[in-house]
Amino acid sequence: MNLKKTFLPLINPLSKDNPVIVQVLGICSALAVTAKMEPALVMTISVTAVLALSNVIISLLRNTIPTSIRIIVQLVVVAALVVIVDQVLKAWNYEVSKALSVFIGLIITNCIIMGRLEAFALNNRPWQAFLDGIGNGIGYGIILVIVSFFRELFGSGTLMGYQIFPQSWYEAGYMNNGMMILPPMALILVGCIIWVHRAKNKDLQE
Amino acid sequence: MNRQSNLYTVIYSVVLVVIVGVVLSIVYQALRPQQVENIANDTKRQILAAALIVPTKNQNVSDLYASHITDTYIVNTDGDRIDSDVDPFSVNVSLEVKKPAAERILPVFVCKTDGGTKYIIPVYGAGLWGPIWGYIAFDSNGNTIYGAYFAHQGETPGLGAEIEKPAFSNQFQGKDIFNAEGGFQSVKVVKNGQEPAEGAYVHAISGGTITSQGVQRMLENSLEPYSAFFKKLSEGKEVEK
Repeated sequence: MNLKKTFLPLINPLSKDNPVIVQVLGICSALAVTAKMEPALVMTISVTAVLALSNVIISLLRNTIPTSIRIIVQLVVVAALVVIVDQVLKAWNYEVSKALSVFIGLIITNCIIMGRLEAFALNNRPWQAFLDGIGNGIGYGIILVIVSFFRELFGSGTLMGYQIFPQSWYEAGYMNNGMMILPPMALILVGCIIWVHRAKNKDLQE
Repeated sequence: MNRQSNLYTVIYSVVLVVIVGVVLSIVYQALRPQQVENIANDTKRQILAAALIVPTKNQNVSDLYASHITDTYIVNTDGDRIDSDVDPFSVNVSLEVKKPAAERILPVFVCKTDGGTKYIIPVYGAGLWGPIWGYIAFDSNGNTIYGAYFAHQGETPGLGAEIEKPAFSNQFQGKDIFNAEGGFQSVKVVKNGQEPAEGAYVHAISGGTITSQGVQRMLENSLEPYSAFFKKLSEGKEVEK
């Protein structure tokens, strides 16, 4: 068996087929949860878990699902997993669950998940689907981490909640950029990432 | 069996939904106690924050609460302590503030701090996008604010959401809610550079006008029913049981 081919679903979404900047899926949550790094990381883990598990479940069921209700079946599976993630977060990490609030619920409608279920899990074996889920989750997470890194650093002067810019800078007149905290800045940053990425990968240019 | 038939589709969806329902209810039941505890701890953290007590990373909020909050009770609008089966901690303030003042259940949390005994009152109101709430700690003179804590559900980050920052809530420290004649005046939230005709005030948040006005209305509405209670405190009377 060709090793490289086996792990293609895992590696491809990291750059060449990245869900956010190439497939342009999941933009909404990339804007919403990236003001700080910690929620962005928790969101990444949550989406990756839901994506990998729902990919496996749908892949296992793929030969039994009646085609006329396949989207509904996918939604039920995704919604159930998201509720479980939400409940687990509420029990184990209440602070972060409060910070993410509605966005956990909105994982259900995260286009990455439905997109990968339709495009991949329905036609592939569970192991491949699992790798695809992990790969896309991490690909999504890379972008979230990059965006939240810049937004938290310049918007709040902290990283993961730890102060980065010393107090003396503020006394010397440095100010946090309030624009960084607002969602439009995330869109601009995602745009910049797409720009750099396309410039490096000529074959992606249309 | 034909996988495209209606019967198969119906049976398939019923079985799927039943399985999912069972799994979800098991998860919910299993995690419920931990969640209830988290919510209670979060409320305790907010109450303590009003009295300027912030737990460090290693401190258990529940223990800290138990060591500082020495008494909780319910008063009526005459300022008398009333016997009630209702646990002051679990009073739903969001419902109480909608009732006429006389019908409200008014919880009071008594907090022992290094700076003496403080009386913590819950407040609840509306911001721009959703509810805002908080806890206000008063000195034992029943007039001066010792500390304030505000929280919100979904105010605009960087604008209305700033009410939860100490930069805003610390302004309330030392403000008096009664004027020299003993009339209730609350604390006004006014634009930077302005001053109200009379009474204590703090600066509103620029760009968060509606939320700031919401804070002012919340304080007026939530604190007024306690007027008689504060009067009794200021006269140094023990609140009668």
